[in-house]
Amino acid sequence: MEALFAMAIGVLAAAGVWLLLRPRTFQVIVGLALCSYAVNLFIFGMGRLVVGRAPIVAGGRVAESLAVVDPVPQALVLTAIVIGFATTALLLVVLLAARGLTGTDHVDGREPG
Amino acid sequence: MTLVLIVLLPFLGGLCSAFLPANARNAEAWLAGGCALACTALTLGLYPEISGNGMVRFVVPWLSQAGLDFHLRMDGFAWLFALLVSLMGTLVVIYARYYLSPEDPVPRFFSFLLAFMGSMLGIVLSGNLIQLVIFWELTSFSSFMLIAYWYHRVDARHGARMALTVTAAGGFCLLVGVIMLGTIAGSYDLDRVLAAAGQVQSHPWYPVMLTLILLGALTKSAQFPFQFWLPHAMAAPTPVSAYLHSATMVKAGVFLLARLWPVLAGTELWFILVSGAGLASLLVGAAAALFQRDMKGVLAYSTVSHLGLITLLLGMNSRLALVAAVFHMMNHATFKASLFMAAGIVDHETGTRDLRRLSGLAHAMPITATVAAVAAAAMAGVPLLNGFLSKEMFFAETIFAGEGPLLRLGLPAVATTAGAFSVAYSLRLIHQVFFGPPERSLPRTPREPTRWMLLPSMLLVTTCLLVGIFPARTIGPVLAPAVVSILGEQAPPYSLSVWHGFTVPFMMSMGAFAGGIGIYLLHWFFGQRATGGAPLRAPLDGRRVFDIIIVVLHRFAERMVRFASSRRLQLQLLIMVSMTFVVAGIPIASRGMPRGAGVLTPVDPAYLFVWAIGCVCAVGAALKAKFHRLAALIMLGGSGLFTSLSFAWFSAPDLALTQVAVEVVTLVLLLLGLRWLPRRVEADEPDHRSVRARLRRTRDFLVAGAVGGGLAALSFVVLTQAPVDGISRFFVERALPEGGGHNIVNVILVDFRGFDTLGEITVVSIVALTVYALLRRFRPAPESIRVPRAQRVAEDTGGLRNFDPGELLPGGDPRIPAVLVRLLLPMAGLVAVYLLLRGHDAPGGGFVGGLVMAIAFITQYMVGGALWVEWRMRVHPQYWVALGLTAAGGAGLLAVAMGRHFLASLGGEIALPLAGPVRIGSVLLFDAGVYLVVIGATSLILIALAHQSFRSARDPAGSGGAAG
Repeated sequence: MEALFAMAIGVLAAAGVWLLLRPRTFQVIVGLALCSYAVNLFIFGMGRLVVGRAPIVAGGRVAESLAVVDPVPQALVLTAIVIGFATTALLLVVLLAARGLTGTDHVDGREPG
Repeated sequence: MTLVLIVLLPFLGGLCSAFLPANARNAEAWLAGGCALACTALTLGLYPEISGNGMVRFVVPWLSQAGLDFHLRMDGFAWLFALLVSLMGTLVVIYARYYLSPEDPVPRFFSFLLAFMGSMLGIVLSGNLIQLVIFWELTSFSSFMLIAYWYHRVDARHGARMALTVTAAGGFCLLVGVIMLGTIAGSYDLDRVLAAAGQVQSHPWYPVMLTLILLGALTKSAQFPFQFWLPHAMAAPTPVSAYLHSATMVKAGVFLLARLWPVLAGTELWFILVSGAGLASLLVGAAAALFQRDMKGVLAYSTVSHLGLITLLLGMNSRLALVAAVFHMMNHATFKASLFMAAGIVDHETGTRDLRRLSGLAHAMPITATVAAVAAAAMAGVPLLNGFLSKEMFFAETIFAGEGPLLRLGLPAVATTAGAFSVAYSLRLIHQVFFGPPERSLPRTPREPTRWMLLPSMLLVTTCLLVGIFPARTIGPVLAPAVVSILGEQAPPYSLSVWHGFTVPFMMSMGAFAGGIGIYLLHWFFGQRATGGAPLRAPLDGRRVFDIIIVVLHRFAERMVRFASSRRLQLQLLIMVSMTFVVAGIPIASRGMPRGAGVLTPVDPAYLFVWAIGCVCAVGAALKAKFHRLAALIMLGGSGLFTSLSFAWFSAPDLALTQVAVEVVTLVLLLLGLRWLPRRVEADEPDHRSVRARLRRTRDFLVAGAVGGGLAALSFVVLTQAPVDGISRFFVERALPEGGGHNIVNVILVDFRGFDTLGEITVVSIVALTVYALLRRFRPAPESIRVPRAQRVAEDTGGLRNFDPGELLPGGDPRIPAVLVRLLLPMAGLVAVYLLLRGHDAPGGGFVGGLVMAIAFITQYMVGGALWVEWRMRVHPQYWVALGLTAAGGAGLLAVAMGRHFLASLGGEIALPLAGPVRIGSVLLFDAGVYLVVIGATSLILIALAHQSFRSARDPAGSGGAAG
């Protein structure tokens, strides 16, 4: 499973980076979204992969709760997901506005050449 | 406490006056004058405490371990300057009230004038060197704003920029110098620095530190070779010139030199640098003043010259010279400010300050002429006026200052020459403007100004006379504490009397008068009523040098930017990504990847299936994002679902829930954005298959592959390591006992790290409002304004055109969703609140609850259409955001009100029907705040974007595209 998980991060990151380097704004937005999946999975993975031990203390017994998965990366990723949506929206609107002003959807605001 | 009031009052007044209406001249003047007068009164009230070498202090500890406290201290010298600043401020405010015309926007003027006054008082009262530099920079800034007051004029903008560049560059040097000084002395506290003279002067850093501090002081006081900015600052309104650029701000430099005199002065280097700069300024300024056409130009160069005199005195390493310097600072402020005011009156009443045009004004303006003549006489050093006294002291000092024949004879000779020039330009100013035949062709017919405009300069001139005639009784009692506070017990005896007998200095004075009259006659005789510039000044023209330096710097910076960066985003991103790869790769390449020791989880076929779909979707999205955007979006959603399932699989239910919900809103968001993107078809782009494009794609493919492979390898290595015992244990152990929640992730978010979350929801709110603001001014590209076919069809078949608000169900084809959507909203609301309430103990919480609610709203819009939805309910997302931030912040403040730390959790458990026991308290309030913010921000973004299509459809005339 660890290898699969790591490969998934790699594939998502590779697809994201490839799109980041593309010239059209929509490609860059999709690329950023893919990159954020990869990064969120990566940070989440820092807590190691554990099946069936969600960070929820069962029945108030503290001693048993020590066996759960590391909750800190999860807390970090949770807010990152929501903020990721907000910044994607901001980027989209900025790029749309830029297209309205410059007349092109090239990331540099003008067609190459 | 009084000290704080003295410094704060002007700032508060400035803040208030910024909000008064633009034409409230009288209210502004009362406010500003009141503040200045109050500062004067408070300062005067402190005289008994400082007169006997006492000191008033006010300290607020701040970063004491770094030597940074807010420290105000007033001794005799600071008192004298504080009185000068506040008293002069009062007079200038009165003068400015009548000087400014009704068209000038007064709030800006008075608020910056008061801000300047506060900053200047801050400089003189600072007991901490770093704090002094901060106030120093504030004066530079307010001076910039005031010089550029009439910013529609080119000369004002240019002069302001030049003044700011020179003084702020000096201020930077000063900061570095002061930090060095503080490091040497072991403290930034002024008292401790002043006591460390021996330690400072023997330190190897002393030359560098001294040079840096002098750069700050000399630029501020417009001393050679930085004198050029002051004449250009004369583009400011005359009250500003009188106040900042003659009486107070330019004195900050010499003030600092006098303030640090006990610790810095006394060395050969000090003598050479300080008196050298002073001497050069004294001569250059005096000579240049004689050849100016502009009345204010004459006064500006004479200010340079007189400040040069003060600097020279300070540089002489003699205690008596220091007394003379302090005395002359005060004298110069009085006569120069009144001269500036007189020049302003002439300008105000005649419409010009050009010396070639003005003549014979004494007939029309006798009072102004008298006032100006007396002030000019004080500047020239005529006996029975204050300027005479300090100049005598200066002459006396030059005789004893130097060693060796060159200095013994040279210095007095130079001093006398400068005195002669001073007499000459004073004479020229008064003679040309006020005497001779009355000029008829002036822009306005001159007449005496209102009494109130004359009053300030009359008061100042009276001071000149009183000090000049009864020095021991007027200036004596205030000069003595100032001198003692600088020199302590070493204060020298000095005599403040008008007549010392036929001494050498008196002879030099007489020589200066004779020489001055001679110079003026020569100047006049050769028909040079006024010329462009002084002879020999061209090579020394600081402005040209300044402009050249600025242009060279600019070009250099441009070249560096062009060399080091690119305007092309793709190249920048390529460099960034590659560099990240390299930086991450270096340690791995040098030390090798560690071997994993952890136990691997066995592969589950179901996960393998999901994994395959996720990876295919990611690659597909990358391939299709250019020509098939919708397909790419769907595949992006596929990868998102895979991410969400991965979270669920590996024990992160909260993340999985949030990710699924965010997936939905992201998809809606991007779908809404698709409408405004240009058509892009593969057949239209022959370049797409060219060799160049293929090469570029191959390169990017390799980079992307390397980054992906690297990240995968890195992840694998980390995943197979044994877990590290970090801070997690703390949260796991204490979530239930101290946080009172079973869901550790939620307890971390809303309790342990609540402050982070507060920051994050604030970011989300700001982003949402920014998106909203950007869309309000949104101008789509011309070719995407046209309403799409589907929307036109929908409108024609009973959509917007014949919209009936009374209909129970929205129009359009899908009737069943239309029925369901009405049922959906309350159900979704219930689920959302349920998720919120149970979040502390089970997967859920404010984030996911808010997203679910926002999705419910958006679904209404998607199925019903904006008109139909908004006819029934207005969502008002801004209110949700505001309410949410208030709730979250309020939860934090509630704890403060109860005497706990900000955001500490309070409350207890109650049992709700169905939901079970719920913890009610500040934590729930906080999570409800998160919930509201997320609803508000998400729906604000999506509705604002959705309204764009709607707006262009509703307004065909404005867009011009709907007709087709």
